[in-house]
Amino acid sequence: MELNETDRRLIGALRRGLPLVEHPYAALGAELGLDEGAVIARLQRFMERGLISRFGVVVDHAALGFDGNAMVVWDIPDADVEGVGRMFAGLSWVSLCYRRPRRLPHWRYNLFTMIHARQRAFVEDRVGVMTVLADSVVQASAILHTTRRFKQTAACYGTAPAAAGEA
Amino acid sequence: MDGTDRRLIDRLQDGFPLDDRPFQAIAAELGLDEDDVILRVRRLRETGVLTRFGPLFHAERMGGALLLAALKVPPEDFERVAAEVNALPQVAHNYARDHAFNMWFVLATETPEGISDAIAEIERRTGLTVHPMPKLAEYFVGLRFAA
Repeated sequence: MELNETDRRLIGALRRGLPLVEHPYAALGAELGLDEGAVIARLQRFMERGLISRFGVVVDHAALGFDGNAMVVWDIPDADVEGVGRMFAGLSWVSLCYRRPRRLPHWRYNLFTMIHARQRAFVEDRVGVMTVLADSVVQASAILHTTRRFKQTAACYGTAPAAAGEA
Repeated sequence: MDGTDRRLIDRLQDGFPLDDRPFQAIAAELGLDEDDVILRVRRLRETGVLTRFGPLFHAERMGGALLLAALKVPPEDFERVAAEVNALPQVAHNYARDHAFNMWFVLATETPEGISDAIAEIERRTGLTVHPMPKLAEYFVGLRFAA
């Protein structure tokens, strides 16, 4: 979708997030010289075209006590990886599931799952269940517990409004 | 954080209405007052429980690109490399993980070419090889945390 300058300014203004007031779309529009209806219509169009993947809150999962997060990676024969990926995707404790390339000889894993948990033991237990579920085709797996989080920011898209920093 | 905050966080992870008074709509659903909802969201935002409130854009559909990549960092160099990687504005996320591939970051750029520039810059600054792990297929994205 071709974005015009107004779209880019709107996206830039949203870097700071939505104003937390009764009429947030009107407040946003006031900064950009648009009325409330025009802001809503543009955002509606972004949603319809799939430019917005999610609209809502991003939580600091550590603040909610999720300290046992892990990336769990799997070595699955290429012929089976799609089926296993779809099966893992249906499990309630899997929050992300992607196929990615192997990097031989150092990295043999081609299926990546993310498990967000409050405790490491939960992750280990669920990986055990997943191993049983996909038993005949799992060649290897590894649990990469997250030990530190250095950075977690939103991507910087659009045209930033003057003198407005990333929140 | 009380039970109402938790209900609110759970609800707001499901999406936010494009309505002229969206907080009123959420308040009505949860049996709360609009003012109370706004104050609670402000407080959760200020205390850092919510890191962001608003739309998240789909990088590829915006013409931009995202890439997960890994580095194998010698432990004695870890702090220096972390500082170099974090300093790049194209690095949206960066985590230490317990594996020989011990640093995992996500690059987010406004153009697809921006990704290779960022990789080259990281390799130049750190002296290490970046291992790109591009997405070949996506089976599920449902990042959500029960508050």
